[in-house]
This record gives sequence, C-alpha cells and structure tokens, in this order.
Amino acid sequence: MNKRKRLSPKSSKPKRSMLKTKYKTGERMLMKGNEALAEGAVRAGCRFFAGYPITPQNEIPEYLSWRLFEVGGTFIQAESEISAINMLFGASAVGARVMTSSSGCGISLKQEGISYMTAAELPCFYASVVRGGPGLGNISPAQSDYFQSTRGGAQGDYRVICLAPNSVQEMGNFPKLAYDLADKYRNPAMVLADGLLGQMMEPMGFTFDFIDVDKLPPKDYILTGCKNRKRRIINTLRMDSDRLEKFNWKLYEKYKRIKENEVRYEERYTDDADIIIVAYGTAARVSIDTLVRGREEGIKIGLIRPITLWPFPRKIINELASRVENFLVVEMSIGQLIEDVQLAVEGKAKIHFHGRPGGNVPTGEEVLKAVKQALK
Amino acid sequence: MKQEVIIAGFGGQGVIKAGVLLATAAMVEKKHCTHFPSYGAEMRGGTANCSVIVSTSEIASPIVTNPDTVIAMNEPSFDKFQPKVKKGGLLIYNSSLISKKPNRNDIEILAVPANEIAEGLGTPKSANMVVIGAYVAKARPVTLKNIKSSLPKVFPGKEKFLAVNKNALDKGTELV
Repeated sequence: MNKRKRLSPKSSKPKRSMLKTKYKTGERMLMKGNEALAEGAVRAGCRFFAGYPITPQNEIPEYLSWRLFEVGGTFIQAESEISAINMLFGASAVGARVMTSSSGCGISLKQEGISYMTAAELPCFYASVVRGGPGLGNISPAQSDYFQSTRGGAQGDYRVICLAPNSVQEMGNFPKLAYDLADKYRNPAMVLADGLLGQMMEPMGFTFDFIDVDKLPPKDYILTGCKNRKRRIINTLRMDSDRLEKFNWKLYEKYKRIKENEVRYEERYTDDADIIIVAYGTAARVSIDTLVRGREEGIKIGLIRPITLWPFPRKIINELASRVENFLVVEMSIGQLIEDVQLAVEGKAKIHFHGRPGGNVPTGEEVLKAVKQALK
Repeated sequence: MKQEVIIAGFGGQGVIKAGVLLATAAMVEKKHCTHFPSYGAEMRGGTANCSVIVSTSEIASPIVTNPDTVIAMNEPSFDKFQPKVKKGGLLIYNSSLISKKPNRNDIEILAVPANEIAEGLGTPKSANMVVIGAYVAKARPVTLKNIKSSLPKVFPGKEKFLAVNKNALDKGTELV
C-alpha cells in the first residue's frame, strides 16, 4: 500500500498537485477488485461518497475514506444505508459525481432512494458486491442479486443501467462508463460484482486518464443558486395524474433509447457453436475455462457474456437461438439470469441450467459436465 | 505452465503479503496471475491464507481447491491443507513451529525451519521470505530475480528492510 496522506475534511480544498493521478494510464499493477473500483471511481470524477460498511465490499469505503480527501472530495460513513443514499440525492442535485457501495442487504435499503433519484432524474453511481442470500446469508461470492439489480425492488416504473465486470481490469474501468452513462441519461447506473471480484487481486491498468471534474460538461438542471437565472426545481412528487403519466412516458422513451444504444456484451466462438453458454461476471470467467476445455475435446461451445445486464443483450441471443439448438445458463444462484435468456430465446431453443447458489463458485470441469449432459 | 499455491499461517506471519509478492513477480514476468485471500469472518489469532495462481494462459477462477503446492506456516494450517495437496505436488512446512510429521507419501515434502533461519538473520519477521525463497527455488513459478525486484513495489517505504528480505530469500533457496 502506498503511503497514505491523511488530510482533515476541513482543509479539504485540494492543492493543484493533488489532483494529479495516482497511477499513470496504462501502468500495470496488482490491485484488489474493490480497490480498483474505488480508484476507478475517483479517476472518473467521484467527489462524494456516503455509505455504510458491509462485507465483502468494505475495501471500497476504506480506500475512499483517505483517497477522496486527497482530491478534495467528501467521504461520509453514514448512520445507515438509507441516510447514505439520500445524501447522494442531495450531492447529485448540486452537480457532484456521487457514489455509494454496498452488498445485497444494504442495496435493499438503498433502493428506496434510488427510486427517488430516477424520479428526480439525478445521475448516481453505485456498486453492489454481492454476497450469499437471502436474509443475512453469508459473505461468500454469489450472483443472487440479479433480480434485485435488474428489476429494481423499489416503487415505480423505473430502470437502472447495470454493468457486470468479470475481472479486476473491468472493476477499474466500469466506474467511468457508469458515470458517463448516468450523466448522459440522467439516471442511476450501477456495477454488479460479487465477493470474488471484490476480494481477488489481479494485474490491471487504468485505460482512461484522470478526469478533471472542472472540465466535465455543465449540467443545466442542478441547483447552484438561481441568481440571474430562472429557478430550477428538483422534485419527485407529481400529484396530477396527467402530469405523472407524461413523465412516465418520458422515462419510457429514455429507457427505449438506452435499450437501443447501450447494450454491451462479449461474444466468443459463437460462429460454429453447438451450444452457447450465457453467463456474466465470475460465472463467465469460469465458463471461459469450460469453453477452452470443451473445444480441446472437440465440443463446440460458444459464449455470450452480457456486460450490460440491463439493457439486456436480447437481440444477439434471439438471433443465435435461430441457429443454435442448445443454451446453457451458468450462474451462482438458483436461476435469475435464466429468465432474461428465456425471454430472449422466445422458445426457439432448449435452455439448460447450471447453478451454484449459497456462496459456492462452480469450476470449469463441473460446467463442462453440465454441457455434456445438455448435449446428450 | 500453471502453478497453484496456497500459503497459510496465522495472522501476522505475512502469508498474505508473501502471496502478493509472488503475484507481483508473476505480473513483472507478464504472466497471468491471481491472488485470492481468505476474507471476512476470520478470528484474531486464527488462520489466514491466500491462494495464488501463476499461469501462462488466462485464469478462470482464483479459487484453489487442490493446489500444486501448500506452504504451511503453522500447525492448524498444516492440518487443514496437507490433505489438499495434489498428488505428486509439494508441501513446504515451517518445521520451527510444526512438530508433527507429514503423513502423505504421494507428495514431495520440504521441511523449512523458517523461524530459526529468520531469527538467525536477526529479523524473525522474515520467515515468510525464507519459505518463498525455498518455494521459488523448488517449483520455479517465477525467477528469484523478479521476486527480489518486486520487493520495493510490495513493501513501499520499507527500503531499510530490502537487504534483510533479500538475504532471507537467499537462505530459503539454499535449502533446496
């Protein structure tokens, strides 16, 4: 760990030299997933964090608790998740790039505030480093919060852009993508990781330069004091039903644009595949191993790894289903991603399932067995 | 080439850091590598361990169940991980703190009196470097040169211990 310079929040006006990047762009280093995500967020312009501790994401607030002060930002360990998310609402309303992070249990509490931010059309970035559930569950890596992340959980017709990294490299890069998308569409965007991606160390290098927050495009909706201009109002209450309906259709159009323009996925060996594995995050890492092993034995496996879980890469899966007979969904849950795959396949192909819930991570061999079983 | 190792001991023996050193040297050699620590509900005074994989191809999962090598620094780790070593694999154990004898005859075994050697060098804390030296000399996942050149990266601001650590690494290699 580099030497930590601690500054008190009161003297947090940053010195010019401190705004410089900590790491050179492209410099390879060994980093922990959670720390890469935290540093990636700071590089991408995060200047406000409020959160509440929970394993397995504690390295994120721990890192930001000293790092944010170096760049003139604010770190708050709130008294609860609910107050943390509402602090983000306020900080986003005045224009900061804001962030929080948690695991499933904490995200549940934060979803109320996230719904309010979609209603106020305020951008924010949050990370969910998933542990086993339901309830308190355990602290091992899991993918059981797919529904929670892609289907919301709080009130109202709303959507959140959801990015799923599968390496420390992507943990470091995705905060910037999330902030850019959140600002572009004025909507919360999240990174969905798990305990394994958060805790592991791997070589990585940031692929984007340290962003000067003063040079980000100005926002014409934030509250900065209305002297010499018309006042702005940020509000989530729309009592008149016609007014609310109009707003709902506005969101509909926005979400439609996101679905048309922001789908991201990784495709491997789908051209000649007899079976296609659909998996994201850690399960996709394991499935790449399966793919290599299978191909060595002459089994033609292909892989679709959704990178955006919402918007879901529906079109490509639907197209592949027209010519590939078998799909295998691999996830660390009892089956959540599989429902999106079913919707995308539209009954055109057989869908098989291999799940490992409870905090266990499948192995490449184990998934290969499931592939063979599916092709029988 | 793919080498999987679990380094285990009690908190404070530097087993996590030893794993980071190994992974950093692998990174310097432009190899793929992962480091995965035991995390969360660990007991104070209990065991700590990390899994390191060094490979020339992409690494799927950083979790190691049957390692090529186990480095056990204390008795609870020895008990827990000895049965998990892959057949034909390697067990390195700290014979200064482990009085038991290994009961496997299908693996290679190397006893390293790490604490005694480290104390002999005047720095008891460098026991982890002694075993890493022995491991690198035996299994050659990375070169000793790259381990040494990674030391300043892994221990920034601890330049005064550089010579001691290098010394401990050398002592470890001499055992093989």
